[in-house]
Amino acid sequence: MSFREEHDLHKRRFGRNLGLGLVLAAFVALVFGLTVVKVTTDDFTMQPSSEARD
Amino acid sequence: MSDASFNTATSRTGEAGFGDYFALLKPRVMTLVVFTALVGLLAAPVGVHPVVGFAAILFIAVGGGASGALNMWWDADIDRVMKRTRSRPIPAGTITEDEAFAFGIALAGFAVVMLALATNLVAAALLAFTIFFYVVIYSMWLKRWTPQNIVIGGAAGAFPPMIGWAAATGTVSVESVLMFALIFMWTPPHFWALALFMRSDYEKAGVPMLTVTHGRRVTRRHILIYTILLAALAVGTGFTAVGGPLYVAVALVLNALFLVGALRIWRRDEDMAEADGYAVEKRFFRLSLYYLFLHFGAIALEAALVPYGLGGW
Repeated sequence: MSFREEHDLHKRRFGRNLGLGLVLAAFVALVFGLTVVKVTTDDFTMQPSSEARD
Repeated sequence: MSDASFNTATSRTGEAGFGDYFALLKPRVMTLVVFTALVGLLAAPVGVHPVVGFAAILFIAVGGGASGALNMWWDADIDRVMKRTRSRPIPAGTITEDEAFAFGIALAGFAVVMLALATNLVAAALLAFTIFFYVVIYSMWLKRWTPQNIVIGGAAGAFPPMIGWAAATGTVSVESVLMFALIFMWTPPHFWALALFMRSDYEKAGVPMLTVTHGRRVTRRHILIYTILLAALAVGTGFTAVGGPLYVAVALVLNALFLVGALRIWRRDEDMAEADGYAVEKRFFRLSLYYLFLHFGAIALEAALVPYGLGGW
């Protein structure tokens, strides 16, 4: 059994995978952006390290 | 496996494309969610970083989309009956009900958690409640049980500006409740006008719209009553912190037009409506779309003018 490369099924599956890939890439970029914004705001403070607490 | 059996299997299981999953999120409803949430965020007295603001609106939109997917999962049986909804992904056979349910639940959880991380717990809790309200209270309970389904269910669509406001401020305040109330009171006349010229579809699906259970005379009266209450609320909002001279001017014109439209609907009977193909009802429905867009547009504009000393009172 073999499917032709141009079968509609493959096109839709490729479109779905490509769409999901782009969404995930955009999500990574957004989380990175959010992280940068949050750690560069004035009210951001690091948790004291265990050594400092001791 | 032959090609024939393969084709049968795909039409049954539905090899969905990316667009089918996107359609599951009800993108047209999502535009209203995005717009009103954005206005709530912009009108808030506390500024947020553009990246945080963008993330907040995105996750609110995803949460709204998730509730749309869960609504399609639950309402798949009536979507198959109604002409307007027959081409949605589940009735069309491209996505199964189980897939829609899994997709909706996963996206709902994702949106709420991400909104909490990006902004605050108040906004995330409001988003979670909105999804719960739309899916459980409206779709599962009220929609098929009471002709007041639109009235109470409309609350789900009214939450986005409140969530946007909470994303910026971390609180719920009078102004955000007024923006909520504006959409809440606008929803019944908007949908009942639609129901007046789409009655047969709702009847066929067994959805107890007011037009079906109480008749059109009562529906016309209800449209007028809600429009009067809405007008008072919409103009009154203009004298709060989110309003201003521009908003009041816009609200006065729009509410005068809306009241005239509601009065015309109230004064007509079915023979008159049938005679002109429900022209007045259709015009009122179209106006209702501009009504909400322009009210929230005016709120956004008032907020945008504040830095220049022009917006607000």
